[in-house]
Amino acid sequence: MKKRSLSFYLLLAFFCLFVLFLYGPMITIFMLSLQGPDGGLTFPMRGLSFYWLGQVFQEQRVGNFIEPFLRSLLLGVAVMAITIAASVLASMGFRQRFRGSTVIFYMTIASLIVPSILVSLGIGVVFQVMGWPTNWFTSGLGAHLTWTLPIAFLIMLGIFNRFNPSYEEAARDLGATDSKTFWEIVMPLIAPSLLGVGLLTFTLSYDEFTRTSLVSGQRNTLPLEIFGMTTNVTSPALYALGTLTTVFSASLILIAFFAYNAVVKRQRGQV
Amino acid sequence: MSETWKTLKPYALITPQTLVFLMFLVFPILMIGVVSFWEFNGYSMTPAFTLDNYRGVLTAVTFNTYLNTFKFLGLTWLATLLIGYPVAYFLSFHVPKLEWQILLFLVCTIPFWTSNIIRMISWVPLLGRGGLVNQMLLGTGVIQQPLEFLLYSDFAVVLGMVHLYIIFMIAPIFNSLMRIDRSLITAAEDLGASGFQIFKEVILPLSAPGIAIGSIFIVTLIMGEFVTVRLMGGGQSASVGKLIQTQIGSLQYPLAAANAIVLLAVTMLIIVSILRVLDIRKEL
Repeated sequence: MKKRSLSFYLLLAFFCLFVLFLYGPMITIFMLSLQGPDGGLTFPMRGLSFYWLGQVFQEQRVGNFIEPFLRSLLLGVAVMAITIAASVLASMGFRQRFRGSTVIFYMTIASLIVPSILVSLGIGVVFQVMGWPTNWFTSGLGAHLTWTLPIAFLIMLGIFNRFNPSYEEAARDLGATDSKTFWEIVMPLIAPSLLGVGLLTFTLSYDEFTRTSLVSGQRNTLPLEIFGMTTNVTSPALYALGTLTTVFSASLILIAFFAYNAVVKRQRGQV
Repeated sequence: MSETWKTLKPYALITPQTLVFLMFLVFPILMIGVVSFWEFNGYSMTPAFTLDNYRGVLTAVTFNTYLNTFKFLGLTWLATLLIGYPVAYFLSFHVPKLEWQILLFLVCTIPFWTSNIIRMISWVPLLGRGGLVNQMLLGTGVIQQPLEFLLYSDFAVVLGMVHLYIIFMIAPIFNSLMRIDRSLITAAEDLGASGFQIFKEVILPLSAPGIAIGSIFIVTLIMGEFVTVRLMGGGQSASVGKLIQTQIGSLQYPLAAANAIVLLAVTMLIIVSILRVLDIRKEL
């Protein structure tokens, strides 16, 4: 154990400032969303109440948030289900070497690093050329998958890297079929991390904006609705909505993290 | 279990994911390439082979837009590196226990999973004309007039981008710093190296791949960026992404496609040059 040097305290101070930079702005809108009914968009705070948080659930002059929220929720669940199914299968495929695996791997990486506007424009162009109408549950769904699938796939690769194959071999030696081995051996072992990956995927989809923005069609998802509001809403209702949706995503992330942590501990314990 | 099934099995397993990428990534990007040669007559596009769209791209306006985008990229890259590196270094070398390292890293990560739009909006009560920063500066008498450049300016765009994307720099650097064998540092200390020498000769070279991966993320995120530019730039700032978005807004798909192809080429060129300077294969 090294003694605490001057550089430790300097870096600690720097780190604290950085955390303040990350969270500071969020905290200001949390505070402003707790103002009284005559609150404004800037400090000082006028009164203290849950008035604006309640307003989010009322019919707004500029539209209501319930429908976009339900759309985002439904889309998030669909994206989660497809992402989990596809990424678990694909990462199991990658446990054995096969020709063309490098190409497939790089295609996945490409999906992650191609500038998002190209994905959005590309899907938009395809739908335009084909004469299909863009919709949040068709083109929007596809756009979300290009973002969630590579991330889930990379996490699943990491999980299977740590996975001990002798359990499956034992099951097979005892005469279990592939599907029986998967459902009775593999699945229970990866289930908690699947919960984690699933929640991550859900929040990624729930908050996704750039890739969806050009291909969501007539009906907006929640982030698109919020983006539209930024220009014409001048009450703290905007902040209140921001607060609620952020608290919602952040709690899902915390659950995901603890679920993932639990499984890592369990797997370590079993080796 | 038959041999044929054994060789075919991985292909069967990767099929769903590969189909998704083919349908929503590869095919769309190929279509952008195709449509970039099509004709546009003011309200619809027709299949053709013309270079007009590319001629339309090669204008002074586009050139200046690229310059402005490079400015955002350069400033954001520099800021994320200069802020991100010390943060990652602190987490990996000065935080004693693994549990604490993970916990503090998580603290840095949580905001990045929440809505980008909300994170940008939350700068408004801080930086606006009547915002907290101006109130404080006016109150203490440092300035007489509220500072206008804080919000809806190029400064605000870079600030917003750094705030949104810095984790993409921190995470890879943190990852490569965590992999450095601590006995190398002890060895350098035993040989009499100073703290600065250890950093320059041992830690920095070994974390270079992390810097490279982080830089690649920053490049790809910023080159196509249009949301931050619009929200934080307040209509004043220009970027390639915003240009493309405006063209799509007016249904000029062929022109937008030509622009997107040029954007993709420029982005790939930057990534290839990063990879020529720094080797990242060890990290993959």
